[in-house]
Amino acid sequence: MADENWKPKIIAIICNWCSYAGADLAGGARIQYPPDIRAVRVMCTGRVDPLFILKAFQDGADGVLVSGCHFGDCHYLEGNYKAAKRMFLLKSVLKNIGLDDKRLRMTFVSASEGAKWGTVMTDVVKTINELGPSPLTEVAR
Amino acid sequence: MAEDKYKEARIGVFLCHCGTNIAGTIDIDAVREYAKTIPNVVVVDNYAYMCSTPGQNKIADAIKEQNLTGIVVAACTPRLHEPTFRNATAAGGLNPFRFEMANIRDQNSWVHMHQPEEATEKAKDAVRIAVAKASLLEDLIPKSVPVEKTAMVVGGGVGGMQAALDLADAGIKTYLVEKSPTIGGRMSQLDKTFPTLDCSQCILTPKMVDVYRNKNIELLTYTEVEAVEGYIGNFDVTLRKKARGVLTPAEAEARGIVGGGCTGCGDCAEVCPVIKPNPFELGMAPRKAIYIYHPQVSPLIYTVDFDSCVKCGLCVESCGDKKAIDLDAKDELITVKVGTAILALGYDIYPIEKKFEWGYKNYDNVITSLEFERLICASGPTGGHLIRPSDGETPKRIAFVLCAGSRDNTDTGKPYCSRFCCMYSLKHAHQIIEKIPGAVPYIFYMDIRSFGKMYEEFYYRIQNEGAKFIRGRVANITEDPVTKNLHVNAEDTLLGRPIDMEVDMVVLAAAIQPSAETEKTRRLFGVSCSQDGWLLEAHPKLNPCGTTTAGVYLAGVCQGPKDIPDTVAQAEGAASAASIPIHKGEVELEPYFAVCLEDKCAGCGMCVYQCPYSALSLVEKDGRTVMHVTEAKCKGCGTCGGFCPGGAIWMQHFASPQIVAQIDAFLLGGEQ
Repeated sequence: MADENWKPKIIAIICNWCSYAGADLAGGARIQYPPDIRAVRVMCTGRVDPLFILKAFQDGADGVLVSGCHFGDCHYLEGNYKAAKRMFLLKSVLKNIGLDDKRLRMTFVSASEGAKWGTVMTDVVKTINELGPSPLTEVAR
Repeated sequence: MAEDKYKEARIGVFLCHCGTNIAGTIDIDAVREYAKTIPNVVVVDNYAYMCSTPGQNKIADAIKEQNLTGIVVAACTPRLHEPTFRNATAAGGLNPFRFEMANIRDQNSWVHMHQPEEATEKAKDAVRIAVAKASLLEDLIPKSVPVEKTAMVVGGGVGGMQAALDLADAGIKTYLVEKSPTIGGRMSQLDKTFPTLDCSQCILTPKMVDVYRNKNIELLTYTEVEAVEGYIGNFDVTLRKKARGVLTPAEAEARGIVGGGCTGCGDCAEVCPVIKPNPFELGMAPRKAIYIYHPQVSPLIYTVDFDSCVKCGLCVESCGDKKAIDLDAKDELITVKVGTAILALGYDIYPIEKKFEWGYKNYDNVITSLEFERLICASGPTGGHLIRPSDGETPKRIAFVLCAGSRDNTDTGKPYCSRFCCMYSLKHAHQIIEKIPGAVPYIFYMDIRSFGKMYEEFYYRIQNEGAKFIRGRVANITEDPVTKNLHVNAEDTLLGRPIDMEVDMVVLAAAIQPSAETEKTRRLFGVSCSQDGWLLEAHPKLNPCGTTTAGVYLAGVCQGPKDIPDTVAQAEGAASAASIPIHKGEVELEPYFAVCLEDKCAGCGMCVYQCPYSALSLVEKDGRTVMHVTEAKCKGCGTCGGFCPGGAIWMQHFASPQIVAQIDAFLLGGEQ
């Protein structure tokens, strides 16, 4: 297992309209969650090219979160459906290359779900802590 | 290309303390010293409030002095201050889209308040990620589009009517769309209004008439929104005009029937053999298959309920030469173009039978407040005589159950306060004291929330008139099977003792919930909702009428429970907001649209199927097939760019090299 000082490196690619706003709402409400996740904002999860995620794992990410609007709630009608399909496919690719597919997660958090954002953050960090460092970390270094 | 650009970048980083909001958790000095070591950063500064004038001046001055190519501000959230800092960037002579924000408050200092060291590390990463993106940002020019000089209001209750009247009076052609056959909404079902005790219909009907007569309002009753396309300034709204089966005089004339069309005489309803419950009277009065809800409807045009019509043709016969009735009518789809839209979708009463312990729909003499309104109203089914549904007797002891389903965290309730039940229950208490000699209202309450102008005074008045107040939520209600009287069981929490009170009638001040159409309509317009289903405003304090969809505004209860004065006030605010783009004549759209990199495009056309807006197409250019973007249709979601197998789609401001640079900066950047 990893050494005691290991901290997970997790990147979250989140949509501007729902999850980013939900994350801001969690801030306004001072909902506390673990500080291990760094966010990249895109306008829609539909923007997320699976290659971004593979690049993140190649760079040594221990986990990747993609978070968008609830189905039917997408600011751009259906970007989140398309993202979800891609993530589903990508998970099987990850499995094939020997990476636990739990390291990639897609969630749906609306602009009014600050508390849910906190729960998602806590849960993602917990999952990655259980999985330990990515086997690709050594390759990345 | 990107590498050259990256090398030439000169970035200025500005750290905001936000008082102690950020600096109280994050070690700003440590972040500042760290930022100086990030590649491309040439100047780092910090200030108590970057959004203040001196803070903004620091940005503008640094751009001029240091010849910067990009700006990073680490502060609150781009959802709050991106426009501010873009303006500051522009003030320094740099293209405003060369600005990137690092969120170190809402998504850092506020959510890691007890972990200052980790929060500081996260802030360093956030700055590094933002610098990586800022190094690759480009000049972008927003496109201006003309705004259609028309507006739409969806919902013809008091809020929708007020919004439509204001828009129309400001000279804007307005479509007022109402799903039911008449405008008026919930307010037209009420008897009196608190605290003035104005007759609801008396103050409402003049507005209904104004709406009907206003030349700038095109009233579309019995019509629903079917589809919405486009964006601010240019919405194409498809409407379903439901088959009404009755022609207006104008429609009759268009068909060449001189002097024909419905006059509202009612001869048809008299001969109609079908009897159905009238939903306006909550089923407590009958209507025919050809009907109007009540005598004051606007427009005064009958409607055929094709679900119950037996097509006997008696109505057609009785209508005679007016030839107003067409039993073969079909739904009609029309499309109108509008610049802005206001949603005023109203509310429904929560199905309070879900709170089975109070026995609504099980016990005859348990009614809802809206049923009480109809029973006490002079134009209601009983002519204003309050009676017990079980035996028609006049009740003397009447219990009012407040917070019925509201402020209720159980699965069968709503957690929010419905906001007007306290006040209308006080009004109900007054009405029975006034109308029924010797009657006593017993009000079971949790708190009396009489917060508005002259509301508290009204509360005192009702107390003095003899209403009895018992603080405690009603646990359950049982019925005496013989007398049909009701036993109300509660705890009087002020006296600390249980109560079993026998009463003649119980009125449940039921919670409210978003109207049935809200969910469908909000999705058509791309408006978010809160967990309770109420529509989400752009900002709860500073933009309560706007939504995150530009050009769509909210009025009335659909945004959250509110009484008539607040609904009308918000409607006027929404009308004002909706008229601004129209009067301005054009709006700027964020230039985030897709660009095809034609040398990389293989012309496979996969992206065309990804686009939800049909903005992409394949064209022949220089002897090969490439993708073409119709900029006016592209909204910049990037779904095509996330899919293109050849990396041939450049999403402006969210381009793949920019996003990859952010990922690399986080995961590799710290060690370079």
